[in-house]
Amino acid sequence: MNKKIVALLSVAAVASTMAVNVSAEEDLITVGYAQVGAESDWRTANTESFKSTFTEENGYKLIFDDAQQKQENQIKAIRNFIQQDVDYIVVAPVVETGWETVLQEAKDAGIPVILSDRMMDVADDSLYTCWVGGNFVKEGETCANWLVDKFGDEEEVNVVTIQGTIGASAQIGRTEGVDNVLKDHANFKILDQQSGEFTQAKGQEVMESFLKSYDDIDVVICENDNEAFGAIDAIKAAGKTCGPEGDICVVSFDSVKAAFEAMIAGDLNATFECNPLHGPRVAEIIQKLEAGEEVDKIQYVDEGAFDTTMDLEAILAERLY
Amino acid sequence: MKKQGRKINGNTFLLLITIILFFVMYGVGIVVFKEQGFAKVQNFLNLFISNAGLIVIATGMTIVMITGGIDISVGSVTAMVCMILAWSMENKGWGAVQATVFVLAIGLVFGFVQGWLVAYLKIQPFIVTLAGMFFARGMTAVISKDMISIKNETFLAWAQYKMHLPFGGYVNKKGVTIYPYIYPSVVIAIVVLVLMFVVLKYTKFGRSIYAIGGNEQSALMMGLDVKRTKLKAYVLEGFLSSLGGFLFCLNTCSGFVEQAKGLEMDAIASSVIGGTLLTGGVGNVFGSLFGVLIKGTIEAFITFQGTLSSWWTRITIAAMLCFFIVLQSIFAATKNKK
Repeated sequence: MNKKIVALLSVAAVASTMAVNVSAEEDLITVGYAQVGAESDWRTANTESFKSTFTEENGYKLIFDDAQQKQENQIKAIRNFIQQDVDYIVVAPVVETGWETVLQEAKDAGIPVILSDRMMDVADDSLYTCWVGGNFVKEGETCANWLVDKFGDEEEVNVVTIQGTIGASAQIGRTEGVDNVLKDHANFKILDQQSGEFTQAKGQEVMESFLKSYDDIDVVICENDNEAFGAIDAIKAAGKTCGPEGDICVVSFDSVKAAFEAMIAGDLNATFECNPLHGPRVAEIIQKLEAGEEVDKIQYVDEGAFDTTMDLEAILAERLY
Repeated sequence: MKKQGRKINGNTFLLLITIILFFVMYGVGIVVFKEQGFAKVQNFLNLFISNAGLIVIATGMTIVMITGGIDISVGSVTAMVCMILAWSMENKGWGAVQATVFVLAIGLVFGFVQGWLVAYLKIQPFIVTLAGMFFARGMTAVISKDMISIKNETFLAWAQYKMHLPFGGYVNKKGVTIYPYIYPSVVIAIVVLVLMFVVLKYTKFGRSIYAIGGNEQSALMMGLDVKRTKLKAYVLEGFLSSLGGFLFCLNTCSGFVEQAKGLEMDAIASSVIGGTLLTGGVGNVFGSLFGVLIKGTIEAFITFQGTLSSWWTRITIAAMLCFFIVLQSIFAATKNKK
């Protein structure tokens, strides 16, 4: 029997060491951030932006939760934030749907909820205070305009799109933005669209199947950088070339550091920024709310476009993500 | 079956360890995170609110695991149930009651087909339910690739109907008094749990399930209808997984392809931590409940701590699984020596 008691105690010890005591200081503003996960470089940059903004030196205490891509985990995290009596809840929702119940719980507790990156599809928009993120439709339009500039009046331009996770705001917005512009240019023909789920492996897989089905692809639009890296591998493996000097023009969204490296290497033509540095903007909003000011419901962050005609080395040296 | 006498046997002891472990962990949480509000009644209730679906699914899982089987399709079935609910109510204009009855019926059919293949064609449960898992996930995508948000008023009313407790209220930082509450899903989960406990312990069907799992040959020689009992167990489990899926949907109020991925593994882990043997014959639905609660507690720990990676949940569960499996085999070994 003794052995068993020892075993029990050791479990208790493990459990208690796991939970490191964190003493809350009274004057800090507590912010709970329910993050999607760590699926891409963009996401990591977004997380870092929050961690470096909401520091104790700046007067905040950040409680960070990684939902591992699961909505149910985020719902749990929000419930835990409410129990912890945080001052603000920030959520980058995994999906757009199904948030009414838990947001109502936050509202009942009087805790403002700020959405980051992705929208939520809720009937009552008073359930959240505001949304901060990129304008995905505008990103898509910028991308399509860039393509129109590049290909001008060429007779036929065959385009394939490796879409993001179907249903994600970034996927919907970017697809819509590209369509908005290309539908007025009859020479652009969209051959196929498939989801690469925002990952490199899936992007490569989809590109491989595109290359098998179509032998005259001119442009690949990848709805994030990671998919583009996969697509580039697939194109090279098929014995074709890509980039400014190659057969196939590859463009992508997000503009992470690795995308700049791919442009410098001559594999990628252009990348359209989706600024992940939401932390400072959210902090600004929280400061306004603390001062009792009203804030706009929709807040876009600034975003740029980069292609191989720019001094990429210099830009890369200054990039934070 | 004889009543459990004065001596506590190994299996009861395993269950006891699980229960004690839960209370020790929760106690540690209360002490360590006292200032952040871990001790609130609501925090405890949240374990049930967020995991109501998993409790019911783990209960079903325990039943098939006692027969010596397994069902890895439950996560996909949950996704399919959520999708059918969302799709039928939002795109087809069905009522909430009609949609719910429909998905529960689908659960029965799903369980029947899987159970029939396992019991009468003697196909490995793992393979049968692997096929079931792919089928259900595939069907989910076929029904709709889009995310569907449930806006049906009746359904949302079920999902958001707060049942407040008259005590344990607290005033939060914003000056709002909050009384602890649960949702109807929690009541359903608890009722199912108690019902299944009674069925397993006091009915002929329940005892037959243990007998088959313990030793199928001797159960057959005892004159038990092994095939029929197995089939019934899978039908019951199919029903419970669709009911669990329904409760899961009350929590998330949406349907999409990626939903509830890996939920089957959480259910299996909860059952094993709760003292169910993978080889069959041993298990208790209350053990599985505590398995689920332990998982919820670890998740709460990690959010309250605030800086640890949430993947530590998985790592801790892994450590616990090892611990419990080793304990189980130690008990099995000592039993055999006698």
